[in-house]
Amino acid sequence: MADKVIYAMYDDDDVLKDGAKKLVSKGVKVSEVFSPFPIHGIDPIIGVKNTRLGIMAFMYAITGTLLATIGMRYFMIVDWPMNVGGKPNNSYLQNILAFIPITFEFTVLCAAHGMALTYFLRNKTLPGLPAQNPDPRTTDDKFVMELRLSENSSFTEEELTALLQTTGYVELDQKVLN
Amino acid sequence: MHKESAIREPLILGHKTYGDITSDVCKPIEDKAPKMWYILFGIALVIGLYGVGCIFYLLGTGIGVWGLNKTIGWAWDITNFVWWVGIGHAGTLISAVLLLFRQKWRMAINRSAEAMTIFAVFMAGMFPLIHMGRLWVGYWTLPLPNQFGSLWVNFNSPLLWDVFAISTYLSVSVVFWYIGLIPDFATLRDRVKRPIPKKMYSILSFGWSGRAKNWNRFELVSLVLAGLATPLVFSVHSIVSFDFATSVIPGWHTTIFPPYFVAGAVFSGFAMVQTLMLVMRKAMRLEAYIHTRHVEYMNIVIMVTGSIVGTAYITELFISWYSGVEYEAYAFINRFSGPYWWAYWSMMTCNVISPQLMWFKPLRRSLLFTFIISIVVNIGMWFERYVIIVSSIHRDYLPSSWSMHYPSHIDLGVYVGTIGLFFVFFLLFARFFPVLPIAELKTILKSSGESYKNAPDTHHHSDESHNNNNQH
Repeated sequence: MADKVIYAMYDDDDVLKDGAKKLVSKGVKVSEVFSPFPIHGIDPIIGVKNTRLGIMAFMYAITGTLLATIGMRYFMIVDWPMNVGGKPNNSYLQNILAFIPITFEFTVLCAAHGMALTYFLRNKTLPGLPAQNPDPRTTDDKFVMELRLSENSSFTEEELTALLQTTGYVELDQKVLN
Repeated sequence: MHKESAIREPLILGHKTYGDITSDVCKPIEDKAPKMWYILFGIALVIGLYGVGCIFYLLGTGIGVWGLNKTIGWAWDITNFVWWVGIGHAGTLISAVLLLFRQKWRMAINRSAEAMTIFAVFMAGMFPLIHMGRLWVGYWTLPLPNQFGSLWVNFNSPLLWDVFAISTYLSVSVVFWYIGLIPDFATLRDRVKRPIPKKMYSILSFGWSGRAKNWNRFELVSLVLAGLATPLVFSVHSIVSFDFATSVIPGWHTTIFPPYFVAGAVFSGFAMVQTLMLVMRKAMRLEAYIHTRHVEYMNIVIMVTGSIVGTAYITELFISWYSGVEYEAYAFINRFSGPYWWAYWSMMTCNVISPQLMWFKPLRRSLLFTFIISIVVNIGMWFERYVIIVSSIHRDYLPSSWSMHYPSHIDLGVYVGTIGLFFVFFLLFARFFPVLPIAELKTILKSSGESYKNAPDTHHHSDESHNNNNQH
C-alpha cells in the first residue's frame, strides 16, 4: 500500500522537541525523528521505548562467565589436572583464585561483543547497508520529523501541514513510499 | 537542559553552530593533506619499515639477535610491551571512566585517545608474539584441542591471563571506538562529494541513519561499554603487573604492583595524549575544541597519577628495608646505587619531580611546558619498566652469574620501529577519520559552548516556556 510521508525539517533540536510535544498533545503520531546527535528527552515524547540491550548485555556476560568456568574446569581439573609440587588440582573451588582473572576477562569479552553485535543487528547497521536518512543534512545540523499519513488516519494531509506550520520548521517535504 | 555555571570556562570556544562543528572536523579530511603530513608520514613509514625489517631478521635468525643473556632473559621486549600497554590505557580510561563520571571535556580528546590506545596495544601485542621467536606457533597460547596428549595452556599462569587480558582489551577497545565512529562516518558519507571516498565512508558508516531509536540504543551501548571497559582497564594492567608480582624475584615480588602499574599506565597514557593532541590541534586547526582548559585538565590527571607513582616508588623502597629480607633490600640498594643508578635516577627525575611542577597554574596552562613534560614523562615511564625488569634480574642470588644488559641494534630497531609504525597508524587515522566525536560534541554545544552558555538566553525561541531560564 502506498503511504505518504511528510518530512518537516528543523534547524534546532529544542524547536523540534517543542514542536513534537505540541503535535503529540494534539493527537498526532510522530513516526520518526532523524537527528545528527541524540536529542535528550525526545524518546518519551514520540513514544520510543527504552532499549533492552542492557538486559542482553547482562545475559551475554553470564554466558561468558559460565563458558569460562566450564572450560577452565574441564582443562585444568578434569582433563589434565596440573600437579604442582605434588599438589594436584583436584577441585575447581579450591583453585578458583587463579581462574578469576580469565573468568572476568571472558565475561567482559562476551558481554561487549555480544551486545555490540546485537546493537548492529537491531539497528540494521551493517557494512554495505544503504543509509535511510531522508536528507543528507540530518547528519550535519538539521533535524527531521517524519509523519506517516497511514499512522495519522484521523487527520488529512492539509490538517497535518497546518499543524506543522505552528512548530517553526524550516523546510517541508513529502514522499510517497511504496 | 543541563545548566553550567557561567564562571566555568566554556569547552567549545568561539561562536560555533552545529554546522561549524561538522565542517571544522571534516575540513582536514576533505582538503588535500598538507605537505607536512606527507613529510611526517614518510619519516614514520621509513622508521616503521626498518622496524619490520628488524622483526623479519629476528624471526629468521632467532631471538639470540637481541642483547639477552642467561641472566637477563627478559629486557627490552617486555619493557617495550609494558610501556606500550601503559600508553594504551589512556584512551579507554578517557572515554570510559570520564563517561561514567559525565566529564564533558573528554569529548575533545576521546576519539583520538581511543585511536591511540588501539595502535599502542597493537605495538604492545607485537612484543609477546615476536619474543616467541617462532611467531607461527603463536596460536599455541590459545586453549585449542591438540595432539600433545591434549595438553592445555596453563590457566594458573599470569602469562596466559595476559593473553586473555590483552586480546579482550584490544577487541573491546576497537568495538567501543568503532561504535562511536559510525555516526561520524555517516556525517562524512553525507558530506563528501568525490565518489570513492563517498563509497568508502558509506561502507564504514554501516548505513547509519540517526533515528531516535538508534540514538537511544547508541547511548545505552556507550554507557554499558564504558561500564565494562572501566574495570577492564584496571584489570588489564593489574594482570600485566602480575607477570612480575607473582614471581619470586626480589624487586618483582611486591603486592603494591597492580595499583602502581595502573597509575603508571594512566600517567604515561595521558602524557602521550598530550604529546599527540598539542600537535594535532595546531595542525588541524582545532584550537576551539582542544584548548588550554583541556590541557590543564589532563595535566591535573598527570599530576595526580604521577604523585601516586611517586608514592609507590618510595613505599617500595621503604618496604624493601622494613621487610628485613636482605635480598629484597639489596635489589633496591642495587637499583639506586648499582650499575643501573642512571636509569633509576632518570626514572625518579622524570616521573616523581616533573609532574609536581604541575601544581603551578601558569606551568600547567603552558602548552610548550606541557609538551616538554609529556615527552619527559614517557621517557621516565620507559625507564621505570627498564629499571624494574633489568635491574631486578641482572644480579641474582649467584654472584658468578651477575651480568649487564647491552641492547643490540635489533633491540633498538624493533623498539624504534614500533614508534614509527604507531605514528604511521596515527597519521592515517588523523588523515581519514574524524578526529573529534562530531555527534557527541554537538550534544554539549548548548551547555558548554561559549556563545550559548554566556548569552542571556537569546537563543531560546519565543514560543518556549522559559522554565529552565535562570535569568528570571
